[in-house]
Amino acid sequence: MDLQILLLLGQDGITNGAIYALLALALVLVFAVTRVIFIPQGEFVAYGALTLAALQAGKVPGTIWLLVALGATIAVLDGFRLLREKRYAKLPPLLIFNVGLPLLAAAGLFALPAGDLPLWLQVTITMLVVVPLGPMIYRLAFQPLASAPVLVLLIVSVAVHVAMIGLGLLFFGAEGSRTPPFTEISFELAGAPLQGQTVLVVVASAALIIGLYFFFERTIYGKALRATAMNRTGARLMGIPPALAGKLCLTLAAAIGVFSGILIAPITTIYYDSGFLIGLKGFVGAIIGGLASYPVAALGAILVGLLESFSSFYASAFKEVIVFTLIIPVLLWRSLTSRHVEEEEE
Amino acid sequence: MSKHPHLHDHEVILEVKNLRVAYGKVEALHDVDLTIRRGEIVTVIGPNGAGKTTLLASLMGLLPATGEIVYMGHAQGREREVETLVRQGMTLVPEKRELFAEMSVEDNLLLGAFDRYRSGHRDQMETMDEVFELFPRLEERRAQLAGTLSGGERQMLAMGRALMAKPKLLMLDEPSLGLAPLIIKEIFRIIAELKQTGVAILLVEQNARAALQIADYGYVLETGEVSLSGPSAELAADPRVIEAYLGLGHKTR
Amino acid sequence: MIRHLPLAAFVALLAAGPQWLPEFHITLLNYIGLYAIVAIGLVLLTGVGGLTSFGQAAFVGLGAYTTAWLTTQFGYSPWATLLIGLALTGAVAFLLGFITLRMGGHYLPLGTIAWGISLYFLFGNVEFLGGHTGITGIPTVSLLGWELKSGDEFFYLIWLVVLLAILGVRNLLDSRQGRAIRALKGGGVMAEAMGVNTPRTKIVIFLIAALLACLSGWLYAHLQRFVSPTPFGINMGIEYLFMAVVGGIGHVWGAVLGAGLITVLKQWLQDWLPHILGQSGNFEVIVFGIAMVLVLQKARDGLWPVLLRLLPASARQRRLVDAEALPRRSPAAAGSVLLTAEGVTKRFGGLVANNNMSLSVQAGEVMALIGPNGAGKSTMFNCISAVNPASEGKIAFLGESTAKLRSRDIARRGMSRTFQHVRLLGQMSVLENVAIGAHLRGSKGVLAAALRLDRGEENRLLAEAAKQIERVGLKEHMFDAAGSLALGQQRIVEIARALASDPCLLLLDEPAAGLRYQEKQALAELLRKLRGEGMGILLVEHDMDFVMGLADRVVVMEFGEKLAEGEPEAVQRDPKVLEAYLGGVE
Repeated sequence: MDLQILLLLGQDGITNGAIYALLALALVLVFAVTRVIFIPQGEFVAYGALTLAALQAGKVPGTIWLLVALGATIAVLDGFRLLREKRYAKLPPLLIFNVGLPLLAAAGLFALPAGDLPLWLQVTITMLVVVPLGPMIYRLAFQPLASAPVLVLLIVSVAVHVAMIGLGLLFFGAEGSRTPPFTEISFELAGAPLQGQTVLVVVASAALIIGLYFFFERTIYGKALRATAMNRTGARLMGIPPALAGKLCLTLAAAIGVFSGILIAPITTIYYDSGFLIGLKGFVGAIIGGLASYPVAALGAILVGLLESFSSFYASAFKEVIVFTLIIPVLLWRSLTSRHVEEEEE
Repeated sequence: MSKHPHLHDHEVILEVKNLRVAYGKVEALHDVDLTIRRGEIVTVIGPNGAGKTTLLASLMGLLPATGEIVYMGHAQGREREVETLVRQGMTLVPEKRELFAEMSVEDNLLLGAFDRYRSGHRDQMETMDEVFELFPRLEERRAQLAGTLSGGERQMLAMGRALMAKPKLLMLDEPSLGLAPLIIKEIFRIIAELKQTGVAILLVEQNARAALQIADYGYVLETGEVSLSGPSAELAADPRVIEAYLGLGHKTR
Repeated sequence: MIRHLPLAAFVALLAAGPQWLPEFHITLLNYIGLYAIVAIGLVLLTGVGGLTSFGQAAFVGLGAYTTAWLTTQFGYSPWATLLIGLALTGAVAFLLGFITLRMGGHYLPLGTIAWGISLYFLFGNVEFLGGHTGITGIPTVSLLGWELKSGDEFFYLIWLVVLLAILGVRNLLDSRQGRAIRALKGGGVMAEAMGVNTPRTKIVIFLIAALLACLSGWLYAHLQRFVSPTPFGINMGIEYLFMAVVGGIGHVWGAVLGAGLITVLKQWLQDWLPHILGQSGNFEVIVFGIAMVLVLQKARDGLWPVLLRLLPASARQRRLVDAEALPRRSPAAAGSVLLTAEGVTKRFGGLVANNNMSLSVQAGEVMALIGPNGAGKSTMFNCISAVNPASEGKIAFLGESTAKLRSRDIARRGMSRTFQHVRLLGQMSVLENVAIGAHLRGSKGVLAAALRLDRGEENRLLAEAAKQIERVGLKEHMFDAAGSLALGQQRIVEIARALASDPCLLLLDEPAAGLRYQEKQALAELLRKLRGEGMGILLVEHDMDFVMGLADRVVVMEFGEKLAEGEPEAVQRDPKVLEAYLGGVE
């Protein structure tokens, strides 16, 4: 292999690895705070990429209907509870956030010529349509089971993933999409071409990771999330409700997913079910970090990206086999090094 | 139920009548009555396993209970949620302290003011200075991780964190648990000092003598029931308190 | 006989099926049977054992591809390839289980997702396995000279396997090993303390589930006579789990119900949804996903229990057979030292929970460990029983150091314990709970249990359990679910469970908590009797009346250290003890 190929493959690996790292961080976050192993993380990547593609094609993305439907369901469920408990003051915000805004967004999508808008506005709209699905899904699927064992939460998580895959097919069809690159600039690095888009992905991922670091280290809401992950009872006694932490956490996870989807949409063709494998590769990274350590998870994810890119060069047909078999030695290493004291789980 | 005149004539913060808590079929608390006024320290003492922690957990909304609970003049409905009670100025310093071990002292304190921050108050730095005044030791350790503190410092941090919420009712569950005598003395001195700020304090203790020394009024809890109550000076002199603790009294029953 | 009626009717209907059902329905039933075999394994793994796998489809694939490749390429007999497939699956499952089961419960499902995906891509990309087109021309199976060519004929083989699998798993669950499997869900600590080798038990149920899946794959390959990677992907793995959960994850028949429901529903949705939505595609997964979330939120036990509730309750009282008593261990000589602990220190991070603690227990005495809250009494208990071993110090049981022993090894040597927070299996009867205590007094394994070759031993174990229940005075509750008893009675059940192991040293953590006055008297009487028989008893207790009236010697702990030791009266008058209990500030 010559240096040029090495650089190309490395570039590819790091680009994908950066995305996997973002997803790995989101997965570790969601697990630490809510104990949910968030399998649908990948679906947010696909939804993000495909919603943006639909907007650019001048279509109304189907995800908006999901937003309206989930919002309406929440409004009905919570509305009845508020009425029963006579807490009328909370009704207007409930209706505005869950029914009003989604309908407004839907109307806006029909009125605006989305395909002709500038890119940054399309990206913003994509985020606004898809990200709220995260907290809504938390409210509907996970919040009623907040105290259930990890295993039950995992099965629910898989069920949500399966439903989202089906809905993805319904919204976007079986055809894949690829959006035009954000930038056409190209550099040269030691004789190998370096795409501007690649640089953009790495820089944007790094920026997001730094942003997350500041959120967790510097803001009171970020600290509240960390506190919930460390000590649920302690956090509750401080008036940090688990439901708030859960929703906040899924908002972040969804935002990270959608953002990743937007970043890779120009690099690779995304299908309605592409998210699953992408998310799982983030998972392999997260598991390398033991579902607990953020930096190790991020490094693990980059390793997955590199492994993937090099194996696609040497044994392209077995790319997935190699990446997912990696988890076995990783788990072996984890299991030999971690002294797991079994906690009682009711 | 006996009606002891309270020493203070202040506004009633919490009034509990016929409180019952059951774990499955077993009643852990049976018909407990309790009154706490502003600026008053009320202590609940009793031997191991009498239901003291259960009492606090049920008042804080962590356990379902039946009976009448009137807090700040409002009868509490069935939907008692921890978060709502925190918003209304009730805080609990639990027996296990429940600190955020991998966070600094300062961040632990800051999160004590989370709910105030969330409801629009921005005075957390001033409150923190007040807490530091009360616990200078915490200021010295402000950058240290909570998990590395000593037992006494942990208890101080737990109390300081609770005070960050500017509570109207502060509930302390065994603040002396596992602490050396000198530190217990220090902690109790601070609790007595807090009284001046007007906060009502419900102090659950196994360390009966120390608790009765600073409290205005006391209740003795035994196997889930209030067996004795009265002004703390009277209780401190009552031989039945010792009997309750060492199991000398039941043989004649 | 009445309670076997629904089963007999079901079997009769099945047997008559091919005579009057249209071919399409038989095909559907064949699939339901194939899926049910896999789902039965998941019931054992997930519903009973509290573990799970999303990779069962991959094991099905392993069974199917092994026979497909070996029969078509090398002309092996399908019966030989069945054995090879089972061996291969067993090896893979053992490896996966060995790696992941040592860690938290969620690593197994994550590991199986990854394994499911890689195997799927492997099937699709390996040339000699036919790539994505698969392998055709798989031969038929002959059973005793009868060639199973049509779906109608194969139907009998499939459902025979289903029924045998159900029978085997039910037999297994109703046995010594079955109780050990069911004890896994209550957290490993209790099971280990009763002598169950929990890592081994977990691997065993994972193996059984994988082997059932492999068997289903073998049947599938010879029914279809064609294999391709698609039915063995991760989506199918998820669907198998859905079947088990929807049907009723805790019930063997729930697997059949779930497989039937999901298969029929899928068929129906695949016909209708594309019409409704105006597009074609696998839209049934939307319905499945949402339905799963709802089932887990509203009826976590699935539909089978709902169905059972419709039937008249059959009061199933087990008939206890008189059986020869189990052999007992030779008692220790009265007054001989059973347990010594010297200089025991236990640290949790920087916190010292026990510091330089020493105590001893002799045969035929009650030793009480008392002290204020947080003094470290339960920690000391956990050190002694090796549930959470000491950081420093020497503990010797019957003269042998326990430093290298696990809690199940100590149990085998004759120490048994109860827990401060009751650890019973609430759904199981009192009798079965107590029988877990006798685990180490039996030896029959999983296979013997599935084939019902364990009845002699089983009767003796149950008779022993019944004897202990009678002894603690809970005879009338013998067949009640343990969770339906009052908390105080549950503590007594724990004592019976500990006694069923025939211990020479009994560790009781707050046995009198939650008992009424008379019940406390009865308990004290029982403990006196046990002491009279030469048993050593170490107890932690808060009720001073109880302790002072019963104990021969008392050790008082404070701040993790020994404060006083002696006879009850002396300790009660010790000013240091008074100080510790009432506290002092001056």
